[in-house]
Amino acid sequence: MSLQEFYEWARSLWTVWIFVVFIGIVAWSFWPKNKAKLEEYGNIPLKDD
Amino acid sequence: MFSHKIFETNTLALIVGIVLSIAAGGLVEIIPLFTIENTIEKVEGMRPYSPLELAGRGIYVREGCYNCHSQMIRPFRDEVERYGHYSLAAESQYDHPFQWSSKRTGPDLARVGGKYSNEWHFKHMVNPRSVVSQSIMPTYAHMQRPLNVSATIAGEMKTLRLVGTPYTDEQIANAVADLEAQATGGDAAKAVEARYPKAKTGDFDGNPDKLTEMDAMIAYLQMLGTLVDFKSVKPELVNR
Amino acid sequence: MTQATYMDATPYQDDLIKKFVLAATFWGIVGFLVGVVIASQLAFPALNLGLEWTSFGRLRPVHTSAVIFAFGGNMLFATSLFVVQRTCKAGLYGGAVLGTILFYAWQLVIVIAATTYVLGFTQGKEYAEPEWFGDLAVTVCWVIYLVTFMGTLYKRKEPHIYVANWFFLAMIVTIALLHIGNNLAVPTVLFGGPLWKSYNIYAGVQDAMTQWWYGHNAVGFFLTAGFLGIMYYFVPKRAERPVYSYRLSIVHFWALIFLYIWAGPHHLHYTALPDWAQTLGMTFSVMLWMPSWGGMINGLMTLSGSWEKLRTDPVIRFLVASVGFYGMSTFEGPAMSVKAVNSLSHYTDWTVGHVHSGALGWVAFVSFGALYYLVPVLWKRERLYSMRLVSYHFWIATIGIVLYICAMWISGIMQGLMWRSYDELGFLQYSFIETVAAMHPYYVIRAAGGLLFLLGGLIMAYNFIQTIAGNLRDEEPYEATVAAAARG
Repeated sequence: MSLQEFYEWARSLWTVWIFVVFIGIVAWSFWPKNKAKLEEYGNIPLKDD
Repeated sequence: MFSHKIFETNTLALIVGIVLSIAAGGLVEIIPLFTIENTIEKVEGMRPYSPLELAGRGIYVREGCYNCHSQMIRPFRDEVERYGHYSLAAESQYDHPFQWSSKRTGPDLARVGGKYSNEWHFKHMVNPRSVVSQSIMPTYAHMQRPLNVSATIAGEMKTLRLVGTPYTDEQIANAVADLEAQATGGDAAKAVEARYPKAKTGDFDGNPDKLTEMDAMIAYLQMLGTLVDFKSVKPELVNR
Repeated sequence: MTQATYMDATPYQDDLIKKFVLAATFWGIVGFLVGVVIASQLAFPALNLGLEWTSFGRLRPVHTSAVIFAFGGNMLFATSLFVVQRTCKAGLYGGAVLGTILFYAWQLVIVIAATTYVLGFTQGKEYAEPEWFGDLAVTVCWVIYLVTFMGTLYKRKEPHIYVANWFFLAMIVTIALLHIGNNLAVPTVLFGGPLWKSYNIYAGVQDAMTQWWYGHNAVGFFLTAGFLGIMYYFVPKRAERPVYSYRLSIVHFWALIFLYIWAGPHHLHYTALPDWAQTLGMTFSVMLWMPSWGGMINGLMTLSGSWEKLRTDPVIRFLVASVGFYGMSTFEGPAMSVKAVNSLSHYTDWTVGHVHSGALGWVAFVSFGALYYLVPVLWKRERLYSMRLVSYHFWIATIGIVLYICAMWISGIMQGLMWRSYDELGFLQYSFIETVAAMHPYYVIRAAGGLLFLLGGLIMAYNFIQTIAGNLRDEEPYEATVAAAARG
C-alpha cells in the first residue's frame, strides 16, 4: 500500500468514525428522556444576577 | 450529587473533545502535503533567489505588495492568455512566506519578469500614474534610497538554509559580492550568473553609481516566473 | 442558597471587564477609521500621501489587525470573562491580577503590531503579520487567557458548563494551536540577519495550506465560535428567555467545530494546491452551511413569542440583525467555496464584500448588542443614556453595511466577468487597467458605507460616555412611545 493509498484509506475511515460519533451526539441530545434536563441548562444565564 | 472531581474531568473531557475534533481536519489536509511526492512537480530550472533578488523580495514583503497583487496564475484560458503559463507548485517552493495572495486589485505578478523594461518599472514605482494614467497604486519613490542589507544578507540566507532552501556554502560566502555584482553587470556578474542561472544582471534603476532598494526590487520583479523551462516540462506532470 | 446571596457572596471581577469594554469601543473606532482611510485610498490614490508609512500595503494590515485582534480580541475578553463568571457563579481565577496583566499585555501587543506594520516589519502572511517578537507576546497573552478562563471553569459552583463557555473554550484552544502552528519561524538574528525579521519554516504550497488553515479558522473560531459564545449568552439574557433549543446548541457546537477546521483550502481553489485538498475543502465548506443555519435558527427563534421586542428594544434589534447577517454570510460562504463560483469570485471584491457582511453585520453587530447590554450593567446605571441613539446607530450602520456589500457585489462580479470576457475576434476584451478604472464608483460607494459605519460607532461611544457619566438623555422612553404607537 503506497502512502497516498494509505491516506485515502485513512480519510475514508475518519469520515465513518466521525459520522458515527456525530450521530451519537445528535441521538443523545434529542433523546426524549434527556430533554427536560438539557433544556433546563438553558436557564443558566437567566438566574445569575 | 456531583463531586468536584467530576467537574474537573468534564472540563478536561471538553478540551480533549475539542482538540480531537479540530485535529482531524488539520492533520489530514496538511501532513500529506509534506509526504506525498507529487505535491511539488519535478521541473528544471528552479533555484534559490540570488542575494539581490532575495533583498528585493524582502522589500516586496515589507511593502505589503501581496495585499493587492497575486502571484498565482490559475489554469483558465483568460488567465493563461493574460499572464502566461499557469503557476506550478514548484515555482514557489523556495518562497518563505508564499506570496500567492488572495486579491488582485492590481494584476498578477507571477510571470511579470521580462514583460516590461527596467526603466518602465523604475518610473512606475516612482509614480505609477506617469506610465499607467488610471493606476491606483501608491508611489514607492522611497525605494530610491540605498539598499542597506550588506551586513545581514548572508545571515538571511543561512536562516533560509535552515528552513530548507538549498543555499551552498559558496553562495553564502559570496553573498555580498554577488549582491553588488548583480547590480553592476558585465564581466563582474559572470560569477552571479554561474551561481544563479538566468539571473538578470546590470544596473536596474538608471543610477549605476548607487546600489538602491529599487535595484533589488526590479531585479526580483524581472526574474519572477522566468526560471522554469516550460519546453522541458512533461505535460502529464503539471496537468491540473 | 438563594439567588440574592449568590450575588453577595460572589465577587465578580467587573472592573476588569469595564477595561476591556472601553478598549473594545476605542479600538473598534480606530479599526473602522483605518478601514475608511484605506477604502478611500483605493478610490483616490493621492490619499496614500506619497509616504512609505501610509501606503495601502502597510495600512491594510493595521486595519485588519485593529478590527480582528484589537476590537474583536478585547470584545472576546470582555464578554467571555463576564459570561464565564456569571454562568459559573464564580469570580475570575487569578483575581484581578492575572486579568489585569492580560489587559495591559494585549493592548501592548496591539500597539507593537500596528507600529511595526507601519514601519514595514511584517511576516507577509495575511492576518498573521506580526513578526516573531509580536507572535511571542501574543502567545504569552493567550496562555494567561487560557489559564484565567479554565481556572474559572474549575472554580464553578454551577455543575453544568453553559454552552456559551464551550464556544469560548473551543475558540481559545483552537486559536492557540493555529497561532503556534502557522507562525513557526526562525528569527534571522540567530544567524546574523536583521533583528526584526524571521523566515517561516514552511514554503510555497505547504505554507499556503498552513496559512489558510490558520486564516480560515481565525474566521471560524475567533470571529465565529467566539462570537457565537456571545450570542448564546447575550441574546437569551437580553430577551429574558432561554435559548430556543439547548439541545440544538449542543449539536451546533460539535458540528461547527468539527467541520470548520477543514474549510481552509477553499481559499486556494485552482491554485497549485493539489486537487484532492481543494475538493476536501469545498466539501466541508458546503456541509458547514448546515450547522451554521442550525445556530442561526437557534438564535433567531429565541425571540419566538416576543418578536415585539424587535420594535421596542433597539439593543435586541442589533443582536437579532447580527444573527440574520450570520445566516446570510454563512449561506454566501459555502456558495463561494464551490469551485465554479470561486473561479469567478476569487481575487475580486466579492470576497471583500463577503468578509465584511460577516465582519460588520455579524461580528460587529453582535458586539454592539453585547456592549449596549454590558455598559449599564457594569457601571450600575439605571439604563443607557439614550435608546434613541442606539436606534440611530442601528439604522446608520445598517445602511452603511448595505452600501458596502452591494458595492462589492457589483464591483467583484463585474471585474471577474471583465477579466474573462472576449471580443468577437477571440481576444481578451479588457486590459487589466480598464477593469481597475471600472471599479472607481463602487470604491467611492464602499468608502461612504464604511464612513456611515464609523459614524455609528462614534454615536455609540458618545452614548457610553454619557451613560458612564450617569446622564440620562431627556427623551420620551423608547418602549413607551413604540407601545403607544402600536396601540394606535
